[in-house]
Amino acid sequence: MPTMNLLQAINSALDTAMAEDDKVICFGEDVGVFGGVFRATSHLQEKYGKARCFNTPLVEQGIIGFANGLAAQGSVPVAEIQFADYIFPAFDQIVNETAKFRYRSGDLFNVGGLTIRTPYGGGIAGGLYHSQSPEAYFTHTPGLKVVVPRSPYQAKGLLLAAIRDPDPVLFLEPKRLYRAATGEVPETDYQLPFGEAEIVKEGGDITLVGWGAQMEVIQKAAELAEEQGIACEVIDLRTLLPWDADTVVESVLKTGRLVVSHEAPLTGGFAGEIAATIAERCFLYLESPIRRVTGLDTPFPLVLEKEYLPDHLKILDAIRESVDF
Amino acid sequence: MTRYCHQPSFMTGDEFSMATFALLDPDGALHEGAVEPRLERDHARRMYQAMLATRLLDERMLAAQRQGRLSFYMQSTGEEAAIVGATAALDDADMIMAQYREQGALMYRGFTIDEFMNQLFGNDLDYGKGRQMPVHYGSRKLHYMTISSPLATQIPQATGYAYGQKLAGDGQCTLTFFGEGAASEGDFHAALNMASVHRVPVIFFCRNNGYAISTPAVEQFAADGIAPRAIGYRMHAIRVDGNDALAVFEATRMARRIAVEQNQPVLIEAMSYRLAAHSSSDDPSGYRAKSEEETWRLKDPVLRLRKWLTAKGWWSDDEQASEEERLRRDVLETMKRAEKRPAPPLDTLISDVYADITPALQRQFDDLKRHIRRHPEAYPKGAKTLDLDISSTSSAEGDA
Repeated sequence: MPTMNLLQAINSALDTAMAEDDKVICFGEDVGVFGGVFRATSHLQEKYGKARCFNTPLVEQGIIGFANGLAAQGSVPVAEIQFADYIFPAFDQIVNETAKFRYRSGDLFNVGGLTIRTPYGGGIAGGLYHSQSPEAYFTHTPGLKVVVPRSPYQAKGLLLAAIRDPDPVLFLEPKRLYRAATGEVPETDYQLPFGEAEIVKEGGDITLVGWGAQMEVIQKAAELAEEQGIACEVIDLRTLLPWDADTVVESVLKTGRLVVSHEAPLTGGFAGEIAATIAERCFLYLESPIRRVTGLDTPFPLVLEKEYLPDHLKILDAIRESVDF
Repeated sequence: MTRYCHQPSFMTGDEFSMATFALLDPDGALHEGAVEPRLERDHARRMYQAMLATRLLDERMLAAQRQGRLSFYMQSTGEEAAIVGATAALDDADMIMAQYREQGALMYRGFTIDEFMNQLFGNDLDYGKGRQMPVHYGSRKLHYMTISSPLATQIPQATGYAYGQKLAGDGQCTLTFFGEGAASEGDFHAALNMASVHRVPVIFFCRNNGYAISTPAVEQFAADGIAPRAIGYRMHAIRVDGNDALAVFEATRMARRIAVEQNQPVLIEAMSYRLAAHSSSDDPSGYRAKSEEETWRLKDPVLRLRKWLTAKGWWSDDEQASEEERLRRDVLETMKRAEKRPAPPLDTLISDVYADITPALQRQFDDLKRHIRRHPEAYPKGAKTLDLDISSTSSAEGDA
């Protein structure tokens, strides 16, 4: 099995999908001959032609509007928004159009073929506008699916699933790991399921939940906790919408303790949704308050990025406090 | 290639003042020098009948709204020629992505009065399953995209849809309708630019009816209307008398050829006037003079085409009378049928959010059903679906 980084895995997924189905079309800013600013679409124009892999003008609302129409027509668009920080001009097209297309037409029309790929997250000295994690804006929108891979293996399997899924998918790519994360990735075609969390590591003392780039941080904290004799169960949600509450519930019924971590700000973040659900369903089993370890309620900083980020030490502290409660 | 000059020279845009293409005068006679488009008798009659039927449907449904039978309505009165004339110039399999006031396009393509009514009353036969406000029609078989309220979102979608048609190579194109107000949205500019860059067979059809709710066109843009904007995108454009069905038909017919044969987008601006209110919730007396409306009534597009047809011997006063009577009766009887039909069943609340219902949503729905069983009187439509007898249910638990 070849070793790939996360970008190569994404490129492999796009290549696989485009080879299999003529209707798959990739586009976005700089996506064509250049292969995207991160090179996720490298060589695709060369291989499949300019009609199926091309640059668009610099207009996010246009890219997603175009993609919605193309998907409604029966094509399978994979639209790239260069940074998740720049997805907001397309917010109306995503929230009011993409997400509601099937419902409002009574299933006469749908844009289920659409996948929106976009790099998200901090840790790359990107400041306010190359670092954000906007997932919670979209998890609040019924009709969308929101997917976040943490590794090259997941990236390929989840992206292929997203492209073939009958519903529109927002695919958030952890750009800090684009080249940093490497692993074995099958060259063959495979898919990973939506709505099913992955138990990365079993443990009986406390449950740690996250997704995407934050999983690396959570796993590091879990290792440090192990050294202190605390057995952590680590869960990667993989998809946030729909999210696999049952797996988290089952884990917390066993451990009685929960820490959720994401880079996005605390207030209104997706950890709040998880905490509320677990409080409802596991109330009598909880040994300590559910903890959220997240970014602060500030814009994403630059020089003080390290201080802002929910790193392994902050998670370790939360684990300790939860266990010692 | 860059062309240099060595004295500063500014352009104002006044260079781009565009003429309005017109064939019929308000009396239905050809303007001097105008050439009648090639239009078969049956085709012309189909156009007129759709315009007339739309006019009558609008009149009756506004009255129904005033009677409290309907929550909301939007008339297209005064713009029938622009809408039907454009539709008649398309292939019936071309996609139409409309704004919300284009019921004439559906009428032309054969949407039945029953289909209109089922949507307006949001009953169990509504294709949209009672989810959208009245006039948000859609028809897959008639290639008419379901309407969505946000303005201008359909314009870049039309570019994308038409790009797919170009790749499919089926010789079809997409026409998108929008108002001169919606053309202020960013989506409009995104759509035109992308269509021109990627050579997409799409027709952008602007209904310039003078008003965006109460805002007059002079407060919407400073330039000479919408059509000259196409020049900035290196796109074909034409301005046409929107109350002249023949001119609209001919302009759109030619635009379609440019779109399909040359893979080039075209912008059409139809100059018209919204004779009625913006919607049933609007009252134009607060922002425009009756006298202004009267001058436009004299340019009535339905009457104009009727006069032309009559002069050609393709329509008669007798036919007019019998057609009006038939349509009025049909609308009335159909409305009575549609308003008596039941609401869509309760499970349409959660279907079509996704292709398959998610477990989390199913759980929410099960909770809702349990709640409705406890308080059926409070939710009569849902209780009916669940076969709960509302009248005999005691409200011992109370509604608190």
